[in-house]
Amino acid sequence: MEKQNLLDIKNLSVEYKTEDGIVYAVNELNMEIGHKETLGFVGETGAGKTTTAMTIMGLLPTPPGKVTSGEILFDGRDMLKISDKERRGILGEEISIIFQDPMTSLNPSMKVGDQIVEMIRLHKTISKKDAMEEANKLLEMVGIRRERANDYPHQFSGGMKQRVVIAIALACQPKLIIADEPTTALDVTIQAQVMNLIKGFKETLGTSMILITHDLGIVAEICDKVAIMYAGQVVEYADVESIYMNPCHPYTKGLFNSIPKLDTEEEWLEEIHGLPPEPTERIEGCSFSPRCPNCMKICKHKKPGITYIDEKHYVRCFLYENQEVKTDE
Amino acid sequence: MSNSNEKLVEVCHLKKYFKVSKGLLHAVDDVSFYINRGETLGLVGESGCGKSTTGRTLIRLLEADGGEVNFHGENVLSLDKKQMKKFRENVQMVFQDPYSCLNPRLSVFDLIAEPLTNMDEYKRDKKKLDARVRELMDVVGLSRRLINVYPHELDGGRRQRVGIARALSVNPEFIVLDEPVSALDVCIQAQIINLLKRLQQELNLTYLFISHDLSVVKHISNRIGVMYLGKIVELSDYQTIFAAPRHPYTKALLSAIPIPKVGIDREQIILNGDVPSPVNLPGGCRFAGRCPYVTERCRQEEPKLRPVGEGQFVACHLAEDENK
Repeated sequence: MEKQNLLDIKNLSVEYKTEDGIVYAVNELNMEIGHKETLGFVGETGAGKTTTAMTIMGLLPTPPGKVTSGEILFDGRDMLKISDKERRGILGEEISIIFQDPMTSLNPSMKVGDQIVEMIRLHKTISKKDAMEEANKLLEMVGIRRERANDYPHQFSGGMKQRVVIAIALACQPKLIIADEPTTALDVTIQAQVMNLIKGFKETLGTSMILITHDLGIVAEICDKVAIMYAGQVVEYADVESIYMNPCHPYTKGLFNSIPKLDTEEEWLEEIHGLPPEPTERIEGCSFSPRCPNCMKICKHKKPGITYIDEKHYVRCFLYENQEVKTDE
Repeated sequence: MSNSNEKLVEVCHLKKYFKVSKGLLHAVDDVSFYINRGETLGLVGESGCGKSTTGRTLIRLLEADGGEVNFHGENVLSLDKKQMKKFRENVQMVFQDPYSCLNPRLSVFDLIAEPLTNMDEYKRDKKKLDARVRELMDVVGLSRRLINVYPHELDGGRRQRVGIARALSVNPEFIVLDEPVSALDVCIQAQIINLLKRLQQELNLTYLFISHDLSVVKHISNRIGVMYLGKIVELSDYQTIFAAPRHPYTKALLSAIPIPKVGIDREQIILNGDVPSPVNLPGGCRFAGRCPYVTERCRQEEPKLRPVGEGQFVACHLAEDENK
């Protein structure tokens, strides 16, 4: 593809060695994120969302983790090949991450102001006083009074802690933010506050973002593009409109149908039967085939390749191969 | 007001306080509702609003500090030990976390058989017990080959099925479901919700369904109560609560749910601040600090849960005024 993409992931495969055998966490993943774009990364537990994020950051624990193939191009540099020193320069400054659980991602024995200052001073030559001033501004930006910079994390509520984490992530105005389930640990009204905040800084700062979540509602509100993951692979990738209007992969359809909806009445929820495959087993053919309602003969012994529905919408499914664009109702 | 059904559970002015170092924590403060036979009452609210404590106090896993719980017209809170045993055969609970609520040292068979071994008819008859466990596994959709498996070998959905089988084992009439699906992935969640609905129809069960997820609650409940800081602020049937919410908190809660659709236009109400601590609450309406429509009266006088329409109850001065 064109070179303007901020992040380009090509054929990435990651596996973990465990006692039960090799876990194939990510299989030949392809993905790209442009500037100022927000990508929603959707999938169930164990689909490989967090592993992908960790690999981008170079935070994959090795061993047991191991990247077996592929490349991750961030701004033209291959994140898998750069030195640790170079990576340390990029992390925090150009890519930063917001973790799921704000209770564990802050240092409990350090004032929150100092934690932001630490981040700023690591990447910029700046006096302590100026850094403190900048930290206070950041806190105000995320809606925390500046006097609270002298408080410790335990004095904040969950939503407030997540705001602090966001302030730290924003400190160096990174080009890319990876948000790993940033609101899952929060209550709905607090989640709405935090999402609103994220939406706001995304617009004002023009940061690109990867939003990892299992909540399709949040994706609809904030993302430009969506990648649906299943068993370590992106099974469908498109911009938000096409995925919500015209979901193609049987898994995507199943996922949408199994959410209880607020605005319609239905007696029974549609189920996807069965369970996701054990991560240690390698399924011959399509990994969704054992649960797929439209499973065909070919699905059982051949892996589906990428089929483009239209320019920006692809799906890994045989149903769409050899077919012109089919709008499924 | 409501249908002429028999009230199976009736809760009147239930109170549960906890002593903490800073004072008294009002976990459940004067909560009243009823549940008809065969009905599901959903209880929603954010963490710390007292919904789980209500569920637990109701079946005396916690002792109440005041009020009454009538089951079949009999006050549960004054039952003695022997009567409690009988009561517990009628009332069961399913817990939130299927990872921690099952004893890891018991196999699936032992787990499901455990509640039964307290009953005389199964204590003596091993064959009967065996048959009953297998029957229960079929009912909740657990394949029989899993009978000797231990919980760590099961995924979350199957574990929750074991939890449900345990609850069903004594043929209860009433089950308290405390966030039974919130630890599960959406697809598995759909399977469990469908199972619970099917069981309710087949066995004529009555549910108290506690959850923070309004879309799940809407899907399974007949009526819904919204809790905030130990109080029910709004209670009505599930259609009314979504179509015409009256309490400002309910409105905010509904608008805060992200909807999985693109291009919908809706007004989002973003509440300021956090839920205040339930310790030593000030007088007046508990929502006053975050309410966008707060008036002086709200700060002074605590609103009572009053009927505002057909089967709809709201604790808000404004909703009451509107009604006049």
